[in-house]
Amino acid sequence: MRQGLRQLMRYPAAVVGLAIIGILIVVAIWTVIAIPYSEAIRLWRGGGGIWEESPRTAWPRWINLLPWENRPTTIIVCSTEVGEKTVRPLAEGISEVEIVLPFDFTYDGFPQEVTIFFAAEYDERPPHVEITWVTPDGREIRVGEITAVGAYRMSQDAHLTRRLGGKPAHIGLFADPAAEDLPIKGEYALRLEGWLFEEDADLDARLVVYGQVHGLAGTDHLRRDLMVGLSWGIPVALAFGVLAAVGAQISTFLLAAIGVWYGKWVDGAFRWLTQVNIILPMVPILIMVGMFFSRSIWVILGVVILLSIFSSSYFVLRAMFLQIKESPYIEAARAYGAGSSRIIFRYLCPKIIPVLLPQFVMIIPTFVFLEASLAVLGLGDPLLPTLGKIIYDARANAAIYRGWEYWIVQPALILLVMGLGFAMVGYTLDRVFNPRLRQI
Amino acid sequence: MSEMAISEAQETRAGPGQGSGIRIMLSRSLARIGRYALVRLLTIGIAVVIGILLTIFIANWGGHLDELKKAEISYGVMVALRERPEWRILPREERDAIYQEMVAIERARRGLDRPFLVRTPGYLISALTLDLGRAAHMTSPSGSSQVRLIILELLPATLVLFGPANLLLFFLALFGALFLSRRYGSKLDKAIIALAPTSAAPAWFYGLFLILIFAVVLGWLPFGGMVEAPPPPTIWGYALSLLEHLVLPVTAIVISAVFVNIYSWRTFFLIHSSEDYVEMARAKGLRSGAIERKYVLRPTLPPIIMQFALTLIFMWMGAIILETIFGWPGLGRQMYRAIRGGETPVIVGITIIFAYLLAATLFIIDIIFALVDPRVKVGAERRV
Repeated sequence: MRQGLRQLMRYPAAVVGLAIIGILIVVAIWTVIAIPYSEAIRLWRGGGGIWEESPRTAWPRWINLLPWENRPTTIIVCSTEVGEKTVRPLAEGISEVEIVLPFDFTYDGFPQEVTIFFAAEYDERPPHVEITWVTPDGREIRVGEITAVGAYRMSQDAHLTRRLGGKPAHIGLFADPAAEDLPIKGEYALRLEGWLFEEDADLDARLVVYGQVHGLAGTDHLRRDLMVGLSWGIPVALAFGVLAAVGAQISTFLLAAIGVWYGKWVDGAFRWLTQVNIILPMVPILIMVGMFFSRSIWVILGVVILLSIFSSSYFVLRAMFLQIKESPYIEAARAYGAGSSRIIFRYLCPKIIPVLLPQFVMIIPTFVFLEASLAVLGLGDPLLPTLGKIIYDARANAAIYRGWEYWIVQPALILLVMGLGFAMVGYTLDRVFNPRLRQI
Repeated sequence: MSEMAISEAQETRAGPGQGSGIRIMLSRSLARIGRYALVRLLTIGIAVVIGILLTIFIANWGGHLDELKKAEISYGVMVALRERPEWRILPREERDAIYQEMVAIERARRGLDRPFLVRTPGYLISALTLDLGRAAHMTSPSGSSQVRLIILELLPATLVLFGPANLLLFFLALFGALFLSRRYGSKLDKAIIALAPTSAAPAWFYGLFLILIFAVVLGWLPFGGMVEAPPPPTIWGYALSLLEHLVLPVTAIVISAVFVNIYSWRTFFLIHSSEDYVEMARAKGLRSGAIERKYVLRPTLPPIIMQFALTLIFMWMGAIILETIFGWPGLGRQMYRAIRGGETPVIVGITIIFAYLLAATLFIIDIIFALVDPRVKVGAERRV
């Protein structure tokens, strides 16, 4: 066995495959430590404005590495950090407040949205502000007067859009009047002039100019950072694939050993059950389980294992066990009076493990893709982010037709690399441990 | 999977040597094949019944089938009552009372108040005959809401896609494997072998990439669907459009399985072409074509077919999602729609039809197996 493994390292495919699996395992462990299970679920559910500062369906940042791409990133300016804020008390507890939020804009494209988030402290009467937009070429555009509470989504303000000549704020406020479809580069500023109506009232504002790129992996339609989904998808896929493979292979393996050892009707029954099981349509049954009982990934995993106990590999393993059963050392064991269970577990099974190993490794991607298939059909785990669920979301939002290829390609590539990694190791193991293949 | 076939190959190795010596009357071997087919048909039939029984159990665990029956009864009672002229005159409370009573009577008549196990045989028969009532919203292409019609009208579309795709896959892999076994060790051989791990991903997965490349970026081929809309009026135009729409899904199916099959079948051929009797044939001076046909292909076909059967079974499983990805109007996409619309009877029905399809595939493979495997024909001991 050890010799076999050493031999394995001589094949470049196996080295590459092992490297891929190693990297994936490291990423998986790192993810589970960095973002704990409950945190991942909370982030992916995305309630409570966790993602309010990230853009929707934004490409990953690496797209800007292309020499002809210079898409805007998200710019956040907060009056507590960068902006200037002056408060001048007037009479009777009323004070005048002025906030200026400057930022640099040096991109070739327009931002996606512009929103101001207000943080106002007051008892009864909320502050009131007048908003002015200052462009780099010195124009001052009056945006409007509003009550400074919650969020003001400038891009969704129909009045403002009309005043900007039918262009939403994120285009109208940035466009160069001379060259229509290009933004002006330079220093912009947002000026808020308003009044606080109470003694202890205070106002802070945060301007978010949503970009078209975000993070290492981009975002989805719910503004969630895909990095969370992609990195959590790896441990989930690995765990599902490996556990399902362990459950399915080991159970079939033991059953084959028992069936061959006892022979006669035991073997007959097992063979027959296997033939019945091959006919069971696994995916439709899993779909029904997902529809009627639970979509939890662990329930699905359990059903997958149950359905794979009598898998078609029973016949393969049976043929091998039959050969070994006749070998002299088994006869010797029987002669000195070894019991059935001793022979099965100590003499029959260990002999087959080298042959089982490549199969085990090769079957892992099958289960990984099975889980992804169910998720792509919309039967993914309701809470956990998985790679299949990201593909499902992307397809449901017609990502590839709307220029959001990153959304579908990234999870698909991770799945592909994972599948290839295991398959490469599996095929090489097969070549090393399978004597019939070795001689070729 | 490859070992399975190899061990099969091992069992078969003695095949042609023994078989050629024994001459048996044709009628006798036909009878053997017939008996074999019958036994297989029975086995597969029982397996299908068990499979469908399991499906029923799963579907009824949460009472979904019962609810379907109840809904159907309520619907029937309502329709029957509405047709009576006196129905409209009655006051509302009285109408409700009559309706409730009729529903209760009808439920008792159909035996819905008895325990589930007692009713199972009835369910089994209606499931086996796809008599699953009506879908809530879904209709078949011709406008029926009968689950049976929805399923049977969509079946041809699925077969049009998977039949040719699998035939193409089989012959491409077979000839590819033969071709490579002749050029063992060449650059092409090494390249194809290196591609074998790509079969770890299923067909729908390659479908995603194919659509992205050939439909979205290059715009050469349609995104999906079966024919263009509106369908071309002439038969030729229709066929052409169908072919055009077949290219991508068929390619996805072929890519997802062809390399691994070439790889493992090539290995069979290599193992078998180093057998003594092949050396002997070569020494006799037989042409290489004849050697391949009679001495290499003959004994390797049974394991190859066995392995292909497993590929096929795996492929059926992927049908649901492949059709969904390509918008192919077959059973798979209907299953997807049924999932999204919560159409339980359609889901149960399609699960059953998939069980039938799997069974039919296995049976056809078994018959082919009987035709190519001399052990079935001559009636030698099938297994050790």
